[in-house]
Amino acid sequence: MRVSLFITCLVDQMFPDVGEAMVSTLRSLGVEVDFNEAQTCCGQVAFNTGYRPEARAMAEYFLRTFENDTADFLVAPSGSCSAMVRNFYGELFAQPDDTEWRRRLDRVRSRLREFSELLVNELKLEDVGARFPARVTYHDACHLLRELGVSEQPRRLIRAVRELEFVEMDAPDTCCGFGGTFSVKFGEISDAILREKLARISGSGVQYVIANDSSCLMQIAGGLSRAGSPIKTMHLAELLAQR
Amino acid sequence: MTTNLTERSHAALGDSTLQRALGKATNTFIERRREAITSVDDWEALRVRARRVKEHTINHLDHYLTQLVENVEAQKGKVFWAQTGEDVSRYIIDLARARGVTSVVKSKSMATEEIELNHALEAARIVPVETDLGEYIIQLANEKPSHIIVPAIHKTRDQISDLFEEKLGQGRPHEVADITRLARQRLRNEFLSAGMGITGANFLIAETGTLVLVENEGNIRLSTQVPKIHVAVVGIEKVIPKYSDLSVFLRLLARSGTGQKQTAYVSFLNGPRQVDREPGFEFHLILMDNGRTRILADEHMRESLYCIRCGACLNVCPVYQKIGGQAYGWIYPGPIGAVISPQLQSLEQAGELPFASSLCGACRDACPVQINLPDMLLGLRAAAKESKIDKKAGEQTMMRGYAFAARHPKLFALGGKLMRTFTRLMAKDGQVKSAPFAPLSDWTKYRDFPAPRGGSFRARWKKGTK
Repeated sequence: MRVSLFITCLVDQMFPDVGEAMVSTLRSLGVEVDFNEAQTCCGQVAFNTGYRPEARAMAEYFLRTFENDTADFLVAPSGSCSAMVRNFYGELFAQPDDTEWRRRLDRVRSRLREFSELLVNELKLEDVGARFPARVTYHDACHLLRELGVSEQPRRLIRAVRELEFVEMDAPDTCCGFGGTFSVKFGEISDAILREKLARISGSGVQYVIANDSSCLMQIAGGLSRAGSPIKTMHLAELLAQR
Repeated sequence: MTTNLTERSHAALGDSTLQRALGKATNTFIERRREAITSVDDWEALRVRARRVKEHTINHLDHYLTQLVENVEAQKGKVFWAQTGEDVSRYIIDLARARGVTSVVKSKSMATEEIELNHALEAARIVPVETDLGEYIIQLANEKPSHIIVPAIHKTRDQISDLFEEKLGQGRPHEVADITRLARQRLRNEFLSAGMGITGANFLIAETGTLVLVENEGNIRLSTQVPKIHVAVVGIEKVIPKYSDLSVFLRLLARSGTGQKQTAYVSFLNGPRQVDREPGFEFHLILMDNGRTRILADEHMRESLYCIRCGACLNVCPVYQKIGGQAYGWIYPGPIGAVISPQLQSLEQAGELPFASSLCGACRDACPVQINLPDMLLGLRAAAKESKIDKKAGEQTMMRGYAFAARHPKLFALGGKLMRTFTRLMAKDGQVKSAPFAPLSDWTKYRDFPAPRGGSFRARWKKGTK
């Protein structure tokens, strides 16, 4: 199998370790990995903040970048960015004269998979050979859960990690309060929601909280760090690369 | 409005009593709903059916409203089409004056809250008395409801005890039973002396001209049957085609709203009350537009009108759970409020509401008619930007610059490098604790921001990622 990375702007610019972990895990499974250096950002931040013309321009650029990619799949370390392309791009190309764009979109989105989807649904794997002696819990990122319907795949992958103890926190599917620009437009509300999440994470008695979206993890880690908590965050890709 | 959403939510977040009341109430409703929906064999199929009925009805609203009106009139009901809230108030005041009515009993009705009917009645020297316990509490406290089905959700029992002691002067009722007993005594007399009962409606059945009202306290039944005149104020979107459609909605509504299999009372009303030796009962149905046809005209936003006002989206919303209903500033709070308030009022007045959401989507999962609430919020955000109603020059410049850089990978990489350098300069032990400029300072006010170590992924790839 050959995959092409949709690395996402956040992982590219802020959390490259996540990208490297994803690459090393995939390669260890015998998957060939490509990276198209023309890629930048899917435009979700513009779309979610109401800037549709800007989002459309970025979506067009994204499709041009990836439409001629010949890999079997495009893979992203993010449920949110995957959902942007798969579920929301359609709204940016909804005009009657966008027929051609919709055709180009279909070609790209049909091959796009979130990382845990690729491993479990396409590669039919659960045990990727990882080992991590720690107690961990999992946070359901909202878009991954509700836009892509992914909740079992990451849990199966986590449970298969050797020497790891998996604990479900109370209400793992409630929002962490990030919400893109919501987190800065309504910082106080975002923080109040985050505190609920942090209480549930702490209550589960874990050392690590795992999620598949670096954006949620940035929010959770920011809260944990501010509170002086010893609990650490880790992206699923980083967990699966532990040996 | 003199305050903005940020100021109102700041007050709500700092109110520890409110936080306790909200946390307890929303969790209870979430649990009850979760349990109640397990008693339905195929909940999802029920939601799909309900959505189809709503979709069909709203797309043929003119047809079903015409049919409804014919049937209501054939049963000696009077029908009035009201374009605005003022039209509704004027009709009711004129009617009350013509019949010499000086006091009215009201059942819980979001439609009349929406148009602030009580203010108009009071200004016309007609005394409105709310008879739903929650609404009665709110009326005594001179506040606005904070939830679609639980108007006093933000109040604790202690606060209500204090309120009753102060306003009713009959001692302090301590237990819930004492509170309800006292309210009941007071309200009995109001029912007997009122000249008019005003209600809303949960459903209007077009083929039979039937008004359907759902409740637990029995006050609606009294409001419609004791006074000589019954006036129902109903949004035009409440019509459903057939009697046989109703069971789907009744099963969804009670379970989604209060977590009951069925409410204590379901009333079916066809025309005015018929009493052999006591003629002269009247029934008036006011069909209210008040912005609804504007929503109807927008094909994308039309599904906002499918709402059956169950309140489930409020209970599961992480934002509502934290700030409560009153902070929204408009009568409809929570996700559905953030969707319909800007449409019923105007984007100019309520345009900040759609932005106050993390777009988590829990509301869409809870909605019994599957309204795609996050998508509606996104649509309104786009409308607020396109119309320049939500104009933020700095944000716009940043977004345009970012969108430009995103089409030029080298510029994009350079921008990222500058961002990383700046954050590293501001960081201590890898974390930015405070920043001198927005939007980073809006983040660091509450959370730490990580200063990325090393270069970007693309740079590492070039060097040959392992």
